Amino acid sequence: MAGVLGGIYNSIVKRNAVFLTTIFAGAFATNIIFNIGADSVWDQINKGRQWKDIKQRYMGDQEEEDE
Amino acid sequence: MLARSSLRAARSARSISSPTVTSDAQRNASSQSSSESAAAWKSNGLLASSTLLAVGSVSWYYYQFGRPTQAMTPAEEGLHAPVHPWEHTKLYKTFDHSALRRGFQVYREVCSACHSLQRLPYRKFVGSFMTVDEAKALAEESEYDTDPNDEGEVEKRPGKLSDYMLAPYKNDEAARAANNGALPPDLSLITKARHGGCDYIFALLTGYPEEPPAGAVVQSGLNFNPYFPGTGIGMARALYDGLVEYEDGTSATTSQMAKDVVEFLNWAAEPEMDDRKRMGWKVMAVTSVLFGLSVWVKRYKWSNVKTRRLAYQPPPPNAQKQPGSVFRR
Ligand code: HEC
Repeated sequence: MAGVLGGIYNSIVKRNAVFLTTIFAGAFATNIIFNIGADSVWDQINKGRQWKDIKQRYMGDQEEEDE
Repeated sequence: MLARSSLRAARSARSISSPTVTSDAQRNASSQSSSESAAAWKSNGLLASSTLLAVGSVSWYYYQFGRPTQAMTPAEEGLHAPVHPWEHTKLYKTFDHSALRRGFQVYREVCSACHSLQRLPYRKFVGSFMTVDEAKALAEESEYDTDPNDEGEVEKRPGKLSDYMLAPYKNDEAARAANNGALPPDLSLITKARHGGCDYIFALLTGYPEEPPAGAVVQSGLNFNPYFPGTGIGMARALYDGLVEYEDGTSATTSQMAKDVVEFLNWAAEPEMDDRKRMGWKVMAVTSVLFGLSVWVKRYKWSNVKTRRLAYQPPPPNAQKQPGSVFRR
C-alpha cells in the first residue's frame, strides 16, 4: 500500500505541473466517460421512442447522414 | 410562589363571604331597591348591547369580506379533465417520436385548417420526426414573400427550412369571420397555456357528447363540450374514428389521434424536454455522488470532536483553592 502511494506521490503529486495536468486530464476523461455511460443508460430506458431509433424507417435508401 | 398565591386567593374568598359584607349588601338592597334595580338594568343593557354590537360587526365583516368568493358557477368553470398517465410526462421518458410524427400528421390534416402553429420553423421537425428531405418538401409546399427586389416588388418564393409555419388565415379578423366570431388560438404553446395541459386538451378533443344533455343551454353557433369553461365552444368536434390514415399502420381511433396530437402539441410547446430530462438525470447522478462525498468529509472532519471523551476529576476534598479561585493541582 505504502509503495503504491509512494509511487503515486513520486510520479504525479510531487511536481505541480504533472499534478495539475493529471487533474485536468482526469476531469476531461471522467466527463466523457460519464456522459457516454449516462447517455447509453438513457437511450436504453427510452429505447424505440427517440428519433434515432425510428429514423431508418423514413430515411429510405438515401445514404446521407444529416442533422 | 404557587402556594403563596393560593393562600392569598383563599383569604380573599373568605373576605367576600365575611358576614359584615353580606349584611351591608343586604341592607343596601333593602333601602335603595329601585335605584339598585335600575342600575342593574342599565349594566345588563350595556352588556347586552355591546355584545350585540360586537357580534353584529363581526358578522357584518364576515359577510363583507370573509365568505368564500366564487367568481364562476361550476358550468362556467368547466368539468375538470381526468388525469391520464402520460408516458412522455414521466421524469425519465422522452417523447415517443413516432407519436410525434403521427400527431403532426393529425395537426396537418385536421387542425391546421383552422389553427396556426406559428412559432415552429420547419427546421425543428428535422431530427425530431422528419428527415431533412421530408421537411424541405413540406416547406416548399408553402409560399413566402421574398425581400423587395431592385424595383421594390415583393415576389413569392417556396418556403425554406428556416421559415416558420404559415397560419391558415391572413389575420385574426379573417379567422374570426370564418369561425362564427370565435378565434382559433395558435397551438404552439397551447399545452402550457391551459390548466391541465395535455389532460385538458385530450379531454376537450374527445369530450364532445353525441348531443348536449337535457337542460343544457347551447347558443346557436356553439357546440356543447363540458370540459370547455362555459360549456359552449366555437370549435366543433374535429376528430372522428378513421379520419386520417397513419402510415405506420396504427389504427386511427378518435382517442388515438387525440393522444398523438396532444403529445405533438406538447412537443411544440416544449421541444427541449428530451434534452432537459436527459441533462436532469445526469445532474442528479453527479450531485448525489457529490452529496455522498460531502457527507463523508463532514464525518471525517468531525470524527475528532464526536469521539473525544471529557473526563472530570474532582479536586481532592481538602485542596487549597488558589487565588483567583481556580483549582490547580
Ligand atoms: C373548424 C375549425 C377548427 C378545427 C378543424 C379545429 N379547431 Fe380547435 N378551435 C377552433 C375554434 C374556432 C376555437 C375557439 C373556440 C372558442 O373560443 O370558443 C378552437 C379552440 C381550440 C382550443 C382552445 C380551447 C380553449 O381552451 O380555449 C384547442 C386546444 C383546440 N382548438 C385544439 C384543436 C385541435 C388539437 C384540433 C385538431 C384535432 C382542432 N382544434 C381543430 C376551430 C377549429
